[in-house]
Amino acid sequence: MVERQSPEPLSPLEPEFHVGSHGNFEHGVEIILTETRPGSIVQLAAWPGEEKKLIAAIRTVTGLALPDGAGGGLSDGVKSVFGFAPGKFTVADEAEGLAAAFAKVVTPAIGTVTDLSHGRIAIRIAGPKAEWVLAKFFAIDFALPAFPVGAGRSTTHHDIFAQIQRTSADQFDIYVFRSFARSFWKALCHASEEVGYEVQ
Amino acid sequence: MLITCPYCGPRDVIEFTYQGDGNRERPDSASQNFEAWNAYVYDRLNPAGDHNEIWQHSGGCRAHLRVVRNTLTHEISSVAFVRGDHQGRGDHGSAARRKAEDKA
Repeated sequence: MVERQSPEPLSPLEPEFHVGSHGNFEHGVEIILTETRPGSIVQLAAWPGEEKKLIAAIRTVTGLALPDGAGGGLSDGVKSVFGFAPGKFTVADEAEGLAAAFAKVVTPAIGTVTDLSHGRIAIRIAGPKAEWVLAKFFAIDFALPAFPVGAGRSTTHHDIFAQIQRTSADQFDIYVFRSFARSFWKALCHASEEVGYEVQ
Repeated sequence: MLITCPYCGPRDVIEFTYQGDGNRERPDSASQNFEAWNAYVYDRLNPAGDHNEIWQHSGGCRAHLRVVRNTLTHEISSVAFVRGDHQGRGDHGSAARRKAEDKA
């Protein structure tokens, strides 16, 4: 596998990424927007019947023990993993090289490894109004009991895929196509204006 | 209309793509039974009531689903994976599949 590594990765958000407070923030900032810029974003898929071996491989490579259940996942702040479809998982790491590490462990008999490090970006939305802003975009239940910390959801915004992982009670990481990221980011900023947001 | 995906839970119908009548039986590829091919391509039950349909959760987990939908009321009475082997909300799918394979 050819590992593509950029010495200086460029953010697709750059022309629209304006650090500081925006919108109606006079009464406080209720949304924090950031780009987490993980070094690796990888999707893993198990062949039918090989899911447990793939879950074991995820534990070997990342040290994360995936919880049972659809959309189950967890994050240790550096590495994150969640299920987004039956037998399929997204894994992200701050460091590069995750795809190469998985390629050694996930044999062709177990499943496939797809390196999306340059194909997706991760946007983090945090703050007391994060659920409220995301509810404007996605027709899914963001309440904590329905969407627990660590869990992932695969959904769409105007027919554009988005994978969402809840990384704390009021924080979500959204993985979107790199080519649509700037448009999505602008929409996210507009949606956050009325509660005041800060870009960090 | 909400469809409860066995993996993702209840989702709006805009996330799904209709993949056609679920009652069709595709003849063997080598079959030269033209009546069977004609029935596969053209004949539809078109019931006023419960209807077996295939949907894909194209805006979510992308699984193909076997859905029973009432064509009069849009009530969805059952949703299952077409493969019938993913448990979804259990163990990321493996146990149910093994059971199915053991039976086969």
